[in-house]
Amino acid sequence: MSCAETLQSPFCIVRLDSTASAKVLLSRCILATGIYELLGHGDTYDALRDDVLSRSSRQLSQYRKLPFRFTLDCFQGTRSTRKQREIIESFGYLNLEGQISMKNAELDLWILEDYSLDTTKPKHSSEPKHLYLGRFLGSSGRKVVPVYDLKKRKYISTTSMDSELALVTANLALAVPGKLIYDPFTGTGSFPVACAHFGATVIGSDIDGRSIRGSKGRNVFSNFQQYGLEALYLDSFISDLTNTPLRKRRWLDGIVCDPPYGVREGLKVLGSPKPELQKEVRLKDGRIAHLQSDYIPPKRAYSFEAMLDDILDSAAAMLVDEGRLCMWMPTANDEDVELAIPAHPALEITSVCVQSFNKWSRRLLTYRRLPNCDIDQTAVRRRRELTSGATADELNSFRRKAS
Amino acid sequence: MKLLTLNFLTCARKACKTSAASFPLHPREAELEQVELDMNPQFIRNVLPRVEWEAMRSISQELGLPSLPDTAPGPEELADAEGGPTQILKDLHTLLMETTIASGKLLCANCGHEYAIKEGIANFLLPSHLV
Ligand SMILES: C[S@@+](CC[C@H](N)C(=O)[O-])C[C@H]1O[C@@H](n2cnc3c(N)ncnc32)[C@H](O)[C@@H]1O
Ligand SMILES: [Zn+2]
Repeated sequence: MSCAETLQSPFCIVRLDSTASAKVLLSRCILATGIYELLGHGDTYDALRDDVLSRSSRQLSQYRKLPFRFTLDCFQGTRSTRKQREIIESFGYLNLEGQISMKNAELDLWILEDYSLDTTKPKHSSEPKHLYLGRFLGSSGRKVVPVYDLKKRKYISTTSMDSELALVTANLALAVPGKLIYDPFTGTGSFPVACAHFGATVIGSDIDGRSIRGSKGRNVFSNFQQYGLEALYLDSFISDLTNTPLRKRRWLDGIVCDPPYGVREGLKVLGSPKPELQKEVRLKDGRIAHLQSDYIPPKRAYSFEAMLDDILDSAAAMLVDEGRLCMWMPTANDEDVELAIPAHPALEITSVCVQSFNKWSRRLLTYRRLPNCDIDQTAVRRRRELTSGATADELNSFRRKAS
Repeated sequence: MKLLTLNFLTCARKACKTSAASFPLHPREAELEQVELDMNPQFIRNVLPRVEWEAMRSISQELGLPSLPDTAPGPEELADAEGGPTQILKDLHTLLMETTIASGKLLCANCGHEYAIKEGIANFLLPSHLV
């Protein structure tokens, strides 16, 4: 996300210990498409060919006898077939001795042309601004994105998280086999499904029982069945984050969530302040109201910022050392006032990703649970107690104007 | 609801959290179901140190399940010499992951409040006077 945004390019050069770790890394990557060993780069083809000689002669001599092929990639640009052949043939100077083989190439060479991502300019008029020669190592995990596409999922709602972003979130949460990951606002279960895709066992809860139970056999669990992930589904239960039954022990490897956004959605928690509800309520016929099967517990408005603080508190209390909290939040509230990134002494921010829309944007925050010995004991936990006030509007007073 | 989940749950009332009697919650009128699932040795191994064995033992007893050993199995008891699953691992999988409470109640021994489980889903929402 941020990478392509700041670099204005779909390419990124990284330094890794080995080609083996490059392949492993990419197999988990959702946002990249492939990874190549860099053999050379330059602004012109002459510069590229020189760079390949000076940088990679030794590597290439190892590959010289392998069956090989060339591919030209001109993403966002166009080349005629004749021009393509001309470009590829200009690499004859490498004197590769192996067979040319489209099917069984062991040396898979790619010429990558980097065109401007400026979509306002017409395609064909622009020349590539940079060129790379790479040896293809492996493709990414991106091919699973359409597998989890919400359009093909049997049980979704208007707030289900897009499959690509849910998979990215699961990556940032370090979901792997053996781990246990929790979503306190599980809704239709998009995050737990994505974490289970990477092999983690998952548990979720939501204040709205209907979202978990679904209807007509379509529910959170049936989504796991649809993808053959039942064995990784621990449970879902109905609960309010501010009155959670979960034990405050260090038993979770990760927490992933997209909390309800205060003002517009009318964020609610348990506990109506009405005086007549402060003692056990009896129905007209004398039965106890809350013991009836159709009982709906009364709720009250709550502040979004207090909810974010509650999430950080539970993450600090329940994550193991190095466990991750991944949380989505809007960048600004409905009045366009920027929301501060919440902080906790036991949690260190490891990344902030921004997704921009036309009129608003949201952030994906990732925190790392610090081992207790690394926590700054002098840091004061600043809680935003906003408990008086009746409506969500009154409770959500924001301090900083967005710039 | 799987028995493993019970290991992570206590009463939802804030007033009960500090009381030892609020954990574990006690199954009442529980209808058990065995659901066959693929075994996940890596997960059992990771989660076992986070299981309160005493609580697991008393829950099993209350549910009339075969009694568990006095102490939790160690990691070395989960795999045989060839790295394959031992009977102990299989039994843990059956107990923690395959044994589920399809319906019933969960009682807090501290305040006496009962939480309903229906179709395997427990409901921890509280009326206002208990919040
Ligand atoms: C933005 S949605 C999350 C959607 C979910 N990620 C999905 O993929 O379906 C927020 C969810 O939080 C739930 N919620 C609202 N207030 C809550 C509370 N106090 N405690 C727990 N869940 C709550 C809502 O019922 C809703 O399902
Ligand atoms: Zn209680």
